[in-house]
Amino acid sequence: MGGAVAGVGAAAAIGLDAWRSGAEAMPDADSAVAPSAEAVAAHGADTVPFFGTHQAGVATDAQAHAVVLGLDLLPNVNREGLRRLMRVLSDDASRLTQGRPALADSEPELAANPARLTVTFGFGREFVDRAERAAPSWLRPLPPFTIDRLQPEFSDGDLMIQIASNDPVTTSHAARMLHKDSRSFTSLRWWQQGFREAYGSVAPGTTMRNLFGQVDGTANMKPGSAEFERLVWVNDGWLAGGTSMVVRRIRMQLDTWDRLDRDGREQSVGRRLANGAPLTGTNEHDEPDFAAVTAIGFPVIPEFSHIRRARAENPDEQIFRRAYNYDGPPDSGGESGAGLLFISFQRDVDEQFVPMQQRLDELDLLNEWTTPIGSAVFAIPPGCAEGGYIGETLLG
Amino acid sequence: MMSSRYFSRRSASARVATATAVTAFAVLTLAGCSGGAVTESTSTSVQQVTSAADSVTVVDAWAKAAADGMTAGFGVLENSSADDITLEAASTAAAHMVELHETKLDDAGAMTMQQKEGGFVIPAGERFVLEPGGNHLMLMGLTAPLVAGQEVEFTLSFADGSTLNFSAPIKDYSGANETYSSDHGDGHGDGHDHSEDHDHENSHE
Repeated sequence: MGGAVAGVGAAAAIGLDAWRSGAEAMPDADSAVAPSAEAVAAHGADTVPFFGTHQAGVATDAQAHAVVLGLDLLPNVNREGLRRLMRVLSDDASRLTQGRPALADSEPELAANPARLTVTFGFGREFVDRAERAAPSWLRPLPPFTIDRLQPEFSDGDLMIQIASNDPVTTSHAARMLHKDSRSFTSLRWWQQGFREAYGSVAPGTTMRNLFGQVDGTANMKPGSAEFERLVWVNDGWLAGGTSMVVRRIRMQLDTWDRLDRDGREQSVGRRLANGAPLTGTNEHDEPDFAAVTAIGFPVIPEFSHIRRARAENPDEQIFRRAYNYDGPPDSGGESGAGLLFISFQRDVDEQFVPMQQRLDELDLLNEWTTPIGSAVFAIPPGCAEGGYIGETLLG
Repeated sequence: MMSSRYFSRRSASARVATATAVTAFAVLTLAGCSGGAVTESTSTSVQQVTSAADSVTVVDAWAKAAADGMTAGFGVLENSSADDITLEAASTAAAHMVELHETKLDDAGAMTMQQKEGGFVIPAGERFVLEPGGNHLMLMGLTAPLVAGQEVEFTLSFADGSTLNFSAPIKDYSGANETYSSDHGDGHGDGHDHSEDHDHENSHE
């Protein structure tokens, strides 16, 4: 299995070779053979279907680059206006994701390499209110947590657009096109950019690493599994085939993290840095043994560790994580600009996300080095068929 | 509802029999992407000729949103026949008048938009592109605002007398050289000259 050892020694080479079996042999350090032009260009042509029961970009393997937009509706936009807005945006997305320019695209050439582009739309409470329909009870800001230092500039919003692709130029162009077409209906509230390992850096399916250096997202439901179907997708009302989304901007204090030694870092999470294995295990996907104790009787996975605090007793209290790293210049106080753009999908925010976040708020050593500075909740509507548009179950 | 790819949805073929005053109208149904169609006609004319409207497909059509005055329509006209096809005129309920416009550099080096003499000739087997800064449908005297996300219906009139209807979604667009003055005599765009003495007879024959 690939695990999270990419780039480290022989284990990584084995993983990459298995992935690339059939292609040319792994080059040694001296030969530095570049991949063929065709092999490289082929990845740019990869597409993810836009039309379907569910919107793409939820169960889709996370691409390397993402931009998430939060938009506020202008005062005069009513139900009819929302319908027009979503028709335009859906049409743009259906073209761009397939490697075709949008209508009226000023830079059509920038649409040529979709590189698995997905565009996912989400609605805030105000959007559903303007649509004059009932919103799910969880569609509101999360309850306040003591660790929160939320900034309005990174929080809330009436309409969310998640744009993700393995190509950052593509991502940027799609975000620009969608934003342009939203401007007569909305104002931009926030723009959050994120990244993971580049396509081709690690074997597909490798759990990402965050900027603390940790393997991030090991315990995660598998798209397509019965568990995922049951716990992610909503199955009634206008949201049937959709889900909920939590977006939280988590700032990392890398400078104070620097002062923590390797052992301390592993204790704070409960996993080994080398491969993401729980402290009680050997491999990344070993099940953590929360009952295990050391020779002198302390829990091997500390009480305060992140994975213990996040773990629910009720197996239905699970979320599907699909986060991105973010980075930026240090602020004027010298604090690092790095962080995690936490994104999760779950059928019911109140049942599946909030209890976990409350436990983390009460106790999680990782809180020493992280601060939530943005938070938003959205309803992710179902997919549509060709000829339709996203949001038609709410607006049609 | 908006389709992600616009094809001509229906075409009406108007054939004037030269021997008699009987005019035959046929309603054709597009079968999928190939554009194959079955022609029904009640004309007494002997020859069945594929009309221009049957041979032209409009794809990726769109019109620029505008509150009033003038705006433009764009798209790609595809001619699947073995003959050149001349588009002579266009009309829409959304505007008092539609002209076929070309964009040219004048002697002073400025971009000028003016009515295209003789209409748009779509070469056999080829595409004719209507795009900002190039050839386009000029809508003048909007009857109502065009807002993003709505659709506008056009009728194209070809030299052989056949007509083709298509629907174009409306999009916001503030791209280069696409500003139109609502004052007819002002021309449109920076430094663009809109010819005052256009020949109305050319628009509808």
